[in-house]
Amino acid sequence: MTQPTTQQGKRQAVFLIGFLLVALLVAGVLSYLASSSPDGLDTVALEGCEVTETDAGEEELTGECIAKDAADSPVAGSPFADYGVGGNSSLVGLAGVVGVLVTALIGGGLFWLIRRRSGGSSDDSS
Amino acid sequence: MVAERSKGVAVSIAMHMSDGLINAPTSGVFWAIAVIGLAVSFYKARQDLTDRTAPMAGLVAAFVFAVQMINFPILPGASGHLLGGALVAILVGPWVGSICIALVLAVQALLFADGGLTALGTNIINMAFIGLFVSWGVAVALRRLAQRGGVGLAATAFLAAFIGVVGASLGFVLEYAIGGAGVTSLGTVFSLMVGLHALIGIGEGIITALTVGAVAAIRPDLVYLLRGAPQDLQLRGARQPEGSSS
Repeated sequence: MTQPTTQQGKRQAVFLIGFLLVALLVAGVLSYLASSSPDGLDTVALEGCEVTETDAGEEELTGECIAKDAADSPVAGSPFADYGVGGNSSLVGLAGVVGVLVTALIGGGLFWLIRRRSGGSSDDSS
Repeated sequence: MVAERSKGVAVSIAMHMSDGLINAPTSGVFWAIAVIGLAVSFYKARQDLTDRTAPMAGLVAAFVFAVQMINFPILPGASGHLLGGALVAILVGPWVGSICIALVLAVQALLFADGGLTALGTNIINMAFIGLFVSWGVAVALRRLAQRGGVGLAATAFLAAFIGVVGASLGFVLEYAIGGAGVTSLGTVFSLMVGLHALIGIGEGIITALTVGAVAAIRPDLVYLLRGAPQDLQLRGARQPEGSSS
């Protein structure tokens, strides 16, 4: 408690804003560089199947694999489904920014609500 | 031979278990376990959340959401992405961290149709609990190394992340063994899951080491693993009547 609280608070705010900006940059910009190959779990689920594209641009599985039993998400019609915006997959960065902000708001709000309030400002000086 | 699955759409961004990979009764059981686990996490997390750490924890969840979007190539035609268990456990502790990962998975499933809703329980068990607590176990075992400085902390973060990812992949193998709805043999699922996730674990290890290293360089006081004895132990000590006057 030797440091003025305002200075500590300012340092804290700068760090948190920086952290948020890094997350926004990753989701908003770096996401365009993401590999479009199936991930580890998806690869296993597709083992034994061939993926072909129909004329309509839909994917189709032929053969026998775990993914053959997979169901579409109940929220597949969500405006942000598959990290696009309204079905536009070129807006993945915007979808990412929305996801980061939603997660930060819900997470920050939730953790703030359930935080330990007793002990004043010296309780976390470890 | 696995082709790219649809034109233009980076379908593999994140991509957790869909509904239907594991049968409904098994998914239900894992949902119930996930709910119980999260109840314990909420109870324990309160102790670790203060005015200072609560905002940090929310941002750690947002950061995991962001980095999970970045699928990196591991083999021709296959990619991987961060799971984040080691990252959150080292930065904000395992209890708060498990809530962070569960929140990310819920946002992904509800808003981005990434991962099924029936399958959300299994996804939470695998990534927010199995992978995370395996990582936390490794990190605690190596805490002395981590406290020695930058290289020690990076090595600890890498190993915790690597082993945690393989642990999380075994969660899926377990669920598939109990209630797998597919025709692929358990042996194939086991060897493919572990093999692929060992490769993904290298990427997870690098990302985790870089992130934890960066936070530790700027604000070492915000790295949960470096804070020494768990807070509940300190509190228990302080409550003893023979202890010091404060």
